[in-house]
Amino acid sequence: MMKITLAEVEHVARLARLELTLEEKERMRAQLDSILSHIDTLNELDTSAVEPTSHVLPMTNVFREDEATPSLAQEAALANAPDRHDLFFRVPRILEE
Amino acid sequence: MDLTRLTIHEMQELLTKREVSATELVRSVLDRIGRVDGQVKAYTTVTEDAALKQAEAVDRLRATGAPLPPLAGIPLAIKDVICTQGVRTTCASKILEPYVPPYDATVIRRLKAQEAILLGKTNMDEFAMGSSTENSAFFQTRNPWALDYVPGGSSGGSAAAVAADLCAASLGSDTGGSIRQPASFCGIAGLKPTYGRVSRYGLVAFASSLDQIGPFTKDIRDCAIMLRAIAGHDPHDSTSVDLPVPDYGAALTGDVRGIRIGIPDEYFVEGMDPEVEAAIWAAIRTLEELGGTQEKVSLPHTPYAIATYYLVATAEASSNLARYDGVRYGYRTSKPDDLLEMYQRSRREGFGPEVKRRIMLGTYALSAGYYDAYYLKAQKVRTLIRRDFERAFDTCEVIATPTSPTPPFKFGEKMDDPLQMYLSDIFTISVNLAGLPGISIPCGFTKAGLPIGLQLIGKPFDEATILKVAHAYEQATDWHRCTPAV
Repeated sequence: MMKITLAEVEHVARLARLELTLEEKERMRAQLDSILSHIDTLNELDTSAVEPTSHVLPMTNVFREDEATPSLAQEAALANAPDRHDLFFRVPRILEE
Repeated sequence: MDLTRLTIHEMQELLTKREVSATELVRSVLDRIGRVDGQVKAYTTVTEDAALKQAEAVDRLRATGAPLPPLAGIPLAIKDVICTQGVRTTCASKILEPYVPPYDATVIRRLKAQEAILLGKTNMDEFAMGSSTENSAFFQTRNPWALDYVPGGSSGGSAAAVAADLCAASLGSDTGGSIRQPASFCGIAGLKPTYGRVSRYGLVAFASSLDQIGPFTKDIRDCAIMLRAIAGHDPHDSTSVDLPVPDYGAALTGDVRGIRIGIPDEYFVEGMDPEVEAAIWAAIRTLEELGGTQEKVSLPHTPYAIATYYLVATAEASSNLARYDGVRYGYRTSKPDDLLEMYQRSRREGFGPEVKRRIMLGTYALSAGYYDAYYLKAQKVRTLIRRDFERAFDTCEVIATPTSPTPPFKFGEKMDDPLQMYLSDIFTISVNLAGLPGISIPCGFTKAGLPIGLQLIGKPFDEATILKVAHAYEQATDWHRCTPAV
């Protein structure tokens, strides 16, 4: 049985902001299908009484004093910008004229 | 004497006695990079001028008679996933090709504080996703032992650079085996510390609950020196743990009498390469002759580790890699019509196939309707895998396994089948899921002359014991002294 359909691949690609060609989508579908079939082996395990592990360290919140410390200068923060205008990152227009 | 062959502690001795200057040392390694790296292709960037200037500064400091830290004047290489201020940090990806970090990772600050010399950045699988370094967007790195074989991955450049004497030691990162497997493939030592032992600040994130920085070295004494230099709490990384950093060198007593070595049945399964299996059993016998004892242990959830890992790691990756949007840094597509097109095209053109595959799998596993079935399920199985190790460590101090089920493979052999490539990480992945320290050390060669690695796994924050056992084994064998002909 097919684990993942072409329509699902298209949906996930949209969520991930990835543009794929039709050929890429088809290859991706087949590859994800085989990986997901392997992943299905997890269903052999009864985990109804098991707590999830999101993190191995026994820590929850890590607090520090709220003190101002030096941070990046504006020029340094903008130095890698693909496009900028004065002291701003420039992006394509997002509002209608 | 060929200075490039020396270990860190051998270099230290010559530098301290002033039999050689840092400038001579760095010059000789840079010369070797010039002669040999055209074949190995370990480096993405070599910072020759900066390295020589740093070396001259160290020599001037030494001339003042001031006491210098252990790594002063030692030439090191850094995986291109660790941020270096003013030096391009690409993650071997087109999307970060132009990126010059405005800050140093904490591990880099620590190395610089010790006056270590940074030679440059090393090649890797794009965003550390891969097991062969074939996923680099730039070029392939070759195994110094056999140039038509892969060096392993994802830290293939850092491993190959140490094996080929293109640096004294290097740093890599390990999310599912990316330090230990290339160390095994290249015949050197590679350590993944306990999760939380080394700060990840400035390590470009792949899977934040699994990633850890660690060293590649020519022997275990060097490994102890490097770990001590980079370990410790960092306020910039809330997952770095505030525990004292022991003097790992002091643990290298050579005495392993009475140490119990756990052998997990589940790691000696059919399908393992017979030459690898024979070498591992021979290594275990050597440890017994040194006074260690063999204990049978069981890690029953091992068969589920790959599936668990590829859900947890890709889910975290899909979230971490959402930041590459073409706005603040990195690659942006030309002349997009609108914002959405800018995101989609920049990511399409900037990411390679394996990275896209993992973003897709991770996004799918986190998406509405699939979260419980995939991501939550994987997190629960992760708990079972952790418990396996906790139970096993009730009856042993270290666990010994092969690092990889096979010796190095040829270029292209696994590139068409992602699942086969993933399965090659079977012995290293559980260690990341459980957050444990693990080391790979050389323990033999195949008849064809390809290196084989032994993995030693320790209890949380007990790097000292795996280093002690690795060092005792090293003292009893000569594998770490073998060098490739390249």
